[in-house]
Amino acid sequence: MGQATKRMNMIEAIRDALDVKMTEDSDVLVFGEDVGYFGGVFRATAGLQEKHGLHRCFDTPISEGGIVGIAIGMASNGLRPVAEIQFADYIYPGYDQIASEAARLRYRSNGEFSAPLTIRTPVGGGIYGGTTHSQSPEALFTHIAGLKTVIPSNPYDAKGMLITAIEDNDPVLFLEPKRLYNGPFYGDPHIPSVSWAKHELGDVPEGHYTVPFGSVRRITEGPDLTILAYGTMVWVAEAAAKEAGVQADILDLRALLPLDIEAIAESVKKTGRCLILHEATRTSGFGAELSAQVAEACFFSLEAPIVRVTGWDTPYPHAQEWAYFPGPKRVMNGIRKVMGQA
Amino acid sequence: MTKKSNQSRLYVPEPPFRPGDTPDYSHIAVPANHSPPRPDPLCEDHETVEHATSLIRVMRFNGEAVGDWAPKLTADQKRKGLRDMMLTRAMDDRMFNMQRQGKMSFYMKSRGEEAVSVAHAMALRKDDMTFPTYRQQGILINRGAPIKEMMCQCLSNAGDRLQGKSIPVLYSFRDYGFFSVSGNLGTQMIQAVGWGMAEAYKDSDGIASAFTGEGATAEGDFHYALNFASTYRAPVILNVVNNQWAISSFQGIAAGEGETFAARGCGFGLATLRVDGNDFLAVYAATQWAAERARKGGGATLIEHFTYRKEGHSTSDDPTKYRPENEPEVWPFGDPVDRLKTHLIHIGEWDEDRHAAQAEECKVEIRNIYKEAEKMGSLSSATNVNDFTMFEQVYEELPGHLQAQVEAFKEEL
Repeated sequence: MGQATKRMNMIEAIRDALDVKMTEDSDVLVFGEDVGYFGGVFRATAGLQEKHGLHRCFDTPISEGGIVGIAIGMASNGLRPVAEIQFADYIYPGYDQIASEAARLRYRSNGEFSAPLTIRTPVGGGIYGGTTHSQSPEALFTHIAGLKTVIPSNPYDAKGMLITAIEDNDPVLFLEPKRLYNGPFYGDPHIPSVSWAKHELGDVPEGHYTVPFGSVRRITEGPDLTILAYGTMVWVAEAAAKEAGVQADILDLRALLPLDIEAIAESVKKTGRCLILHEATRTSGFGAELSAQVAEACFFSLEAPIVRVTGWDTPYPHAQEWAYFPGPKRVMNGIRKVMGQA
Repeated sequence: MTKKSNQSRLYVPEPPFRPGDTPDYSHIAVPANHSPPRPDPLCEDHETVEHATSLIRVMRFNGEAVGDWAPKLTADQKRKGLRDMMLTRAMDDRMFNMQRQGKMSFYMKSRGEEAVSVAHAMALRKDDMTFPTYRQQGILINRGAPIKEMMCQCLSNAGDRLQGKSIPVLYSFRDYGFFSVSGNLGTQMIQAVGWGMAEAYKDSDGIASAFTGEGATAEGDFHYALNFASTYRAPVILNVVNNQWAISSFQGIAAGEGETFAARGCGFGLATLRVDGNDFLAVYAATQWAAERARKGGGATLIEHFTYRKEGHSTSDDPTKYRPENEPEVWPFGDPVDRLKTHLIHIGEWDEDRHAAQAEECKVEIRNIYKEAEKMGSLSSATNVNDFTMFEQVYEELPGHLQAQVEAFKEEL
C-alpha cells in the first residue's frame, strides 16, 4: 500500500483513530467521564481537547445512562458521537439506552431515525480491578438485535476497526481489552510484559484506513485444531498452543456481531476440532453461541466435542484474579481435551 | 399532610378518592389571581423558583384573558388552535371506537390534554424537534401531518410508513419534527438534550422539546436529562405532563406529595414553570417563553403542565377500577376545548353554532379520512404489511445471519 506506518501501542492507536476522524469530520464528537482536559483514565483521548477544542472532546457527568442518551440524540441529529464508558463494568446504567433505544431506533422508526454512535469501553481483567473493573459483558450485547459488538486484539485492528465503527451507520459497541493496551499479553502475569513496539501488529499505518467488521484474523495456521478467541484470549491462545506443541488455526474473531461464521466453519471442517476461549463467565457466555453455531455448521466434521475454556461463573475476584483468569494452563488443558489426550 | 409522630412507620401514599367515593376537589384552590409575573426569558434561573410552585394561568373561567402571560395571538390563530384540539379529539374518539371493533390492537386517547400538545406545538417553530410520548398526537395535528398516514400506522396496514414495526400511536414523523416515540417511558428526555446539544454545536438556533408523563419522572432518565441540560445549557424544553394518573397510580406515587414536578428543576439550576395545562393560552405562553430562552442561549426550562387524563391510560385500561367514575367531570380546571371556546366567545370571535358546526365538521372529516385509511387494510384484514419487512431496518444493511433467517422464514411459508 505504501502507507507510512508508526509504532503504536493500542491506546495510541485508538487515540490516533479518534484524531483522524475528528480531523476529517467535524461531526465527530468525543465525550465521557474524564475524557476532556485530562484525556481519560487510560489516556485514550489525551490531547484531543487541546487539539480539536473544548466542544469536540469534553467531560460528562458520571452518568452512563446520560452519556448514551445524549449520544443517541446527537447521532439521530446528524453527528457522529464517540462516547467513552470508563469501564465496561459501569455500562449497566446505560444498558436501557443501548438496548431499548439506540439499537431499536432505526427499526421502530422504519429507518426514519437512526443512531450511528460508537461506545468505547475497556473490558477484561489483568489489572487487579476486582469485581468492578474487570468484567467482560459482551454476551449481554451480542443478544441485542440492532447493535454491533466488536473487540480488537491489537493496535492495527484497534485503529482500523474504530474508524469503521465511527463510519458505521448503526450503533457499535467497541470493546477494548485493557490488558492489551500496552502490549500482547500471553497469560502469565509473572513474565515481564512485552511491548507492542516489538510486535508486527504494533505497526500502525498513519492516516485513514479501515478494518471491516465480520472477518476473522488468522493468528496462526495449523491442521490440529481450531481455536476461537477474541480480545486478550487471542494471545493466551497463541502461547498455550505453542507450549502444548500443537499447530492450531487460531482465529481472532474481531467482530462478535456480525460474526464471520463462514471462516470459522471452514476452519473447523478442516481441523475437526474446536476450542472456544473467553475471559467472561461461562454460562450463557458468547462461547455458548459460538459452540452452538459451530455444532450446527460442522457437526459431521467434528472428531471431538467442542470445548469451552472460560472464566469461572463467579464475579471477577480481586486477590484471586489469576485463579479466575483462563490462563495458559487452563487453555492447555482445553487443548488436550479437544485433542482427545485428556 | 400526614401526621408526624416520634416513630417511623412505612407510609404509602393513597389518592384522596377511590371508586365509590364522591370526589371533592374544592381543596385545590384554583388561583384567581393569574399567576406569578412573566420575567424576561433570559432571566436567572432562580427568578423562576416561585413559578415552580404556583400556576401560570391566562384564561379565567368566564373566558377573560388576563395578566402579563396573555399571548398576543390573533383570533385566527386561536381558532386554529381550537380546531386542532377538536380534530385531535375527534380522531381519538374514532380510533378508540375502531379499536373496539378490532381494527387495531390498541389505542391511546389524549382527551383533556389536547391543549398541552396543540398549544405547545403552535408556540414552537416547525423545525424544532419534539420528543413526544404517546399522548401528544396534537403536535402532529397542529403541524399538519397527514392524518391518513397516522391512521394507517395505527391500523398496521399497507399504508403504514413504519411497516407494522411499532404498536399504534408510537408514530415517527421526522418531517414534522416528531421524533419516533419510544414505548419505554422517560428514555427520550435525555435524547432530546443530546439533540439540542447537537443543534447548539452546529450553531443552529433550533431547539428540542421533550415530554414525559409525571409517572416516568421517577425514571433515572428524567434526572439525567435535567442534569445534562443544566451542565451543557442545552437548548431544550423538558415537559412534564402531570395528568394525575400513571395508569392506575396517582401522582403522589411518582414523587411523593410534598412538592410539584416543576420544582424538581430548581435543584438542577433550570428555569421552571408550572402551567395550567387546560389553559390553551397559558400553555402557549409558557412554551413561547421557554422556547425563546432556549433559542437565545438561556438554556433549558422544565415545564410542568398541570392537567387531567380524562380517559383510561389506553384501550387496555378501565379507570373506573381505581378512581371515581365522575372524577374527570369534577376536576376543577375544566376542559381545554371548552375553555378556549369560552374565551373565543367572550372576545366575540366565536359562537355556539359555529362551535357545534365545527365539531360535526371535524367528526365528518375524520370519518372520511378513516374510510380512506381502512381501504388499505387493518390489523384484522388480510392486506396488512408484508411479513418479510420485519427483517428490514434492524441494521442499515442486512447482515449475513439475518439473511440466513430470511431464507429460513421462507421455508416456513
